[in-house]
Amino acid sequence: MKILVCISHVPDTTSKINFTDNDTKFDTNGVQFVINPNDEFGLTRAMWFKEKQGASVHVVNVGGAETEPTLRKALAIGADEAIRVDAEATDGFSVAKQLANVVKEGGYDLVLGGRESIDYNGGMVPGMIAQLTGANFVNTCISLEIEGDTATAIREIDGGKETVKAKLPLVVGGQKGIVEESDLRIPNMRGIMQARKKPLTVKDAVDANAETQTAQFEKPAPKGDIKLVETVDELVDLLHNEAKVI
Amino acid sequence: MSVVVYTESEEGKFKKIAQEAVSYAKGIADKMGTPVTAVTINGGDTSELGKYGADKVLNVSNDKLDKFNAEAYADAVAQAAKKEDAKVVVVSSSANSKYMAPLLAVNLDAGYVPNVSELPESTEPFKVKHSVFTNKAFSITEFKTDVKVIGLAKNAYGVKENEAAGTAEDFAPELSSEDFSVDVVSVDKATDKVTIADAEIVVSGGRGLKGPENWEMIEEMADILGAATACSKPVSDMGWRPHSEHVGQTGKPVAANLYIAIGISGAIQHLAGINASKTKVVINNDPEAPFFKNADYGIVGDAFEVVPKLNEKLKEFKAQNA
Ligand SMILES: Cc1cc2nc3c(=O)[nH]c(=O)nc-3n(C[C@H](O)[C@H](O)[C@H](O)COP(=O)(O)OP(=O)(O)OC[C@H]3O[C@@H](n4cnc5c(N)ncnc54)[C@H](O)[C@@H]3O)c2cc1C
Ligand SMILES: Nc1ncnc2c1ncn2[C@@H]1O[C@H](COP(=O)(O)O)[C@@H](O)[C@H]1O
Repeated sequence: MKILVCISHVPDTTSKINFTDNDTKFDTNGVQFVINPNDEFGLTRAMWFKEKQGASVHVVNVGGAETEPTLRKALAIGADEAIRVDAEATDGFSVAKQLANVVKEGGYDLVLGGRESIDYNGGMVPGMIAQLTGANFVNTCISLEIEGDTATAIREIDGGKETVKAKLPLVVGGQKGIVEESDLRIPNMRGIMQARKKPLTVKDAVDANAETQTAQFEKPAPKGDIKLVETVDELVDLLHNEAKVI
Repeated sequence: MSVVVYTESEEGKFKKIAQEAVSYAKGIADKMGTPVTAVTINGGDTSELGKYGADKVLNVSNDKLDKFNAEAYADAVAQAAKKEDAKVVVVSSSANSKYMAPLLAVNLDAGYVPNVSELPESTEPFKVKHSVFTNKAFSITEFKTDVKVIGLAKNAYGVKENEAAGTAEDFAPELSSEDFSVDVVSVDKATDKVTIADAEIVVSGGRGLKGPENWEMIEEMADILGAATACSKPVSDMGWRPHSEHVGQTGKPVAANLYIAIGISGAIQHLAGINASKTKVVINNDPEAPFFKNADYGIVGDAFEVVPKLNEKLKEFKAQNA
């Protein structure tokens, strides 16, 4: 089985979000970048397939050279090869088009991405890859088993879950649950050493116009002061008469 | 030309997010001077949609679509949008709509922007405001495509009444077996519980509650308020509560009218995911807990003393205001 894990390179969850160039660009100054948490769950599941069922695991990112340390980290966790498509990740559609091309050329059976990236929260790239390549698609996936050419997946829905079956090739939008938090791996020294020798291929971008474009960023209005109360009577009164939420 | 809006229903009843989506579609349609067409799939009483501004309702009835299927639904909605020559298609932010929307966008060669919170500030060029960086910022984004798919954030625009004809019409999209290649084997859904996605009020507990045995008072509060229960990430990681209750940047987003956080410190990852809620209440015994800087109302105190008292008071209040 050939698995491709899509890795989005995102600011660490503790990052303060600021903008530059008249609020048109994300300010990367002092920001730590990490593997998108939802992708880390998918990558770990891919390692499980590799170890238990036999699979080759490639990771891919669409982005500039600055994302290579993130890809190296995925290699240190255990992926066999990394691909960086040399294009600026401007919008979800253009990224999906680049990735669809990698999927087609590589003939992958399984493409694991995240439910959403925590930077642009698009929640669109995996679905678009599936639609562009004609593969099946399962989103918000919290369990994935593969036998032969058939996948059985559980996906989270509002208020419950559902079980689905689909043939490969399959694209998955994963999240916590596809593996548990405690299954996540921290790269060890040996992994980091090996990662340096593993192939990281830079691929030229194909033509793909963005369909949307950020014109301007804005920060939310600053939060007003909290009202501290002493008694539950006061609280209920405020929630009813002032906030009007009960 | 028209604005097409996909309206979700459950057991023959339109969801509140469907009413909100129609209200929003009407807002856009007014700016563009076009009518609103709602699309329902095995939906409820379509006359209801007229109340929020739907001029027409395309009614899809098909047994094969009884269970949600992203590919088939995307195909059905895309065909409706083409038939109506829609330039804008509005969907909501439920798990199912978020599953379907990217497929729909590709089917229509449309750009897609999710988490949109307001009406477009201009329609030529077409620019919308939506949350990014998990509510830590907004982006004003311009569509470059002729057809646009907009994912409406929950509880941001609100439900607005705006009487229109709501004329129902049957619509039978052509579906192929490929639309059903992801086979939904079984659906497992608690029907008696309020879901975090639909809830107006969410009661959430953190590590300060010490152990799963102490959740009775949280569930009691949720019962009294008709609320959903939620928790912080470590609480679900430790197995005190199911994963489905984990809210925050890496869990479920919460955009409720009221979010009550009990024994939760207010880490940046937690706050990011719940910030879209309108009113936030914190109960914590540490006055230095970061949550106090991010809430509207707070009580500094021991949850094990405050919560039982609050539950009593809420019961009294509900009895009086029933
Ligand atoms: C990559 C990443 C992603 C993350 N994503 C999320 C996420 O999506 N959601 C999330 O919630 N967290 C997330 N976290 C974890 C986050 O950083 C915090 O660790 C977590 O939110 C803390 O949970 P807590 O507030 O329940 O526990 P704690 O931080 O331990 O806080 C417990 C609070 O309870 C209070 N308390 C103790 N006893 C009482 C009492 N008797 N009465 C009242 N109050 C009391 C304490 O004063 C304290 O403020 C993430 C972390 C990382 C690294
Ligand atoms: N630039 C990128 N390179 C590789 N994969 C990406 C990129 N952007 C998004 N993805 C994948 O698509 C998922 C959803 O991203 P998004 O649609 O941006 O929310 C992520 O979790 C990744 O798996």
